[in-house]
Amino acid sequence: MSAAEKPNAIIRRRRRELVVGAVLLLALALLPLPIDNVYLRGLMVLMLLYAGLSQGWNILGGYCGQISLGHAVYFGIGAYTSAMLFTTLGIPSTLGMFAGGALAALAALLVGWPCFRLSGHYYAIATLVVSMMVLLLMTNWDFVNAAMGITIPFRAESWIQLQFRVAVLPFHYVMLAYAAVAWLIAWVVEGSRWGFIWRAVKDDVTAAQSLAVRVFPSKMAAAAISGGITGVGGALYTQYVGFIDSESGFGLPLSVLIALPAVVGGVGTLWGPFLGAAVLIPVQQLTVAWLGSAGNGIDLMIYGALIMSLALLRPQGLVSLFGVRSQAGGDVTVGEEVVGETAEAEVVDNA
Amino acid sequence: MSAAIIAQVAIGGLLMGLVYALVAAGLSLIFGLMDVVNFAHGELLMLAMYATLTLHQAIGLDPLVQLPLVAMLLFGVGVAIYRGLIARALGIRFNTGMAQVFVTFGLSIFLVGTAQLVFGSDFRAITDGVLSNQTLALGKIVLPLSQVAAGLVCLLAFAALVLISRTEFGRALEATREDRDAVALIGIDRDKVFSIGWGIGAATVGIAGVMLANFYYISPTVGANFALIAYVTVALGGFGSLLGALIAGVLVGLVEAMTALFIDPSLKQVGIFAIYVMVLMVRPRGLFGRL
Repeated sequence: MSAAEKPNAIIRRRRRELVVGAVLLLALALLPLPIDNVYLRGLMVLMLLYAGLSQGWNILGGYCGQISLGHAVYFGIGAYTSAMLFTTLGIPSTLGMFAGGALAALAALLVGWPCFRLSGHYYAIATLVVSMMVLLLMTNWDFVNAAMGITIPFRAESWIQLQFRVAVLPFHYVMLAYAAVAWLIAWVVEGSRWGFIWRAVKDDVTAAQSLAVRVFPSKMAAAAISGGITGVGGALYTQYVGFIDSESGFGLPLSVLIALPAVVGGVGTLWGPFLGAAVLIPVQQLTVAWLGSAGNGIDLMIYGALIMSLALLRPQGLVSLFGVRSQAGGDVTVGEEVVGETAEAEVVDNA
Repeated sequence: MSAAIIAQVAIGGLLMGLVYALVAAGLSLIFGLMDVVNFAHGELLMLAMYATLTLHQAIGLDPLVQLPLVAMLLFGVGVAIYRGLIARALGIRFNTGMAQVFVTFGLSIFLVGTAQLVFGSDFRAITDGVLSNQTLALGKIVLPLSQVAAGLVCLLAFAALVLISRTEFGRALEATREDRDAVALIGIDRDKVFSIGWGIGAATVGIAGVMLANFYYISPTVGANFALIAYVTVALGGFGSLLGALIAGVLVGLVEAMTALFIDPSLKQVGIFAIYVMVLMVRPRGLFGRL
């Protein structure tokens, strides 16, 4: 259990995580070089993007325990802001993505203000409803081309504009940087005062309040950081794909896909979103590529069945396979973890 | 815009609101009972509509005659979902809330895929039922008979739901809702109550689905829209409150119809969502929600 660790042990563990992170960063930077297959490289770009997006979701959904089913809103706002700045004013997306991230963070505060009055499922539903409302408004808003969406015109091969004739390899590094920054933010946050406050809010709101934790501001802070990270990801995605419309920017499937890697990998853990994205994105992309082209729904069946079985069989996430414990569950003692394991073993037996 | 048109749209919205109310009641029942939000609720509706379509095309049964059949079928589906998935999700000790949300989410995606595989993605409709293409004229107000029937049947089903809540079983439901551990001491089988609760929740959606199939298009993704409205309705009326679901359902139907008439048909749901957000600010637990 983390609270039982000696302070030195915690510092050592956090240093070790930084080292592992650096090694992984180097490995991922070298990985695409020997792989000449464009499809595989594209898959890695998406995996890194969703690892970063889901790390953003993880800050609010994992560490702070507020299950948001509307993160597509922040993705879409980031995407549209950067796309509009680029197409109308010619502002390069290296700047536009920060504007998008800032606006998305602001939107997260705006959504959080009414929604954080609710807790648990009520909050999840509120975020879902807000995202559907924004989707409808965007689909009908002529200023942003309504349902037609925005196409990013190719202007010049440039790192400042983030435009490349062959985008897959440069974007591997763009998305790697994005995922690495998202990871680093989560790492900093995990050890910060906010991190402890969020875990307290997640575990027991009443107890946290009795210890003078101001719950509402702490949730708002988590929402802003989370929304900001997601917004930057939306801007990068748009620049990579060259197109954004209301459904691909604000739709419910996107909200689910942002949340899922963290849920599958392990909510409230540093590595969960990465692991989840590494498993989920290939499965999702490959089933669509192999089976979905016929439009017969088998891809959706596999995807749905995978979500169901992972949620039931590995509720603590895939990171548990590597012996990593959730840092978010402060009350998870070693004894309870054993109980958790047996409960899960029972589930497997029943299945 | 004449008063007759406004009245006609208002009555149409009211009738649709009754359907929304019944769909929401099933969701609310399950939520109130065991604190589980069924994110596959809309897909149960879709399932009921396809069942109606299939029975209609295969053996020529009119949707109206199918009501008890499809309701029973959906009851079975509800029990199966509880036994197969929800009971297991409730037994999980890690991230229980998260597991429940994503189990039902996964189920909804799975069911949409299944429907696409079996029925294809085309929009279908029942055009030769007893109620198809019939209208009911009240002076200048002309209403499709299928919608009037849908509203009335849903109201009746709602009344039945209220009656069930007054029976011995209804009291067992209420007791289980109050304290799911203590009921075991007075001889109530919690698992049985939960699975019957899921059965009834799904059966009410089944009834709504049959009546909708009479006049609404049928597609694998038709449920998403209704589910979203059901979440709003339940949150507006207050989770676990039957009366709240009824009043909020009618309110949602009316607001939707009026937004479509006075502002823009493509924005009709924005009106609903706006009402929801407003109520959220003033009264987070909904109009009739218990704390």
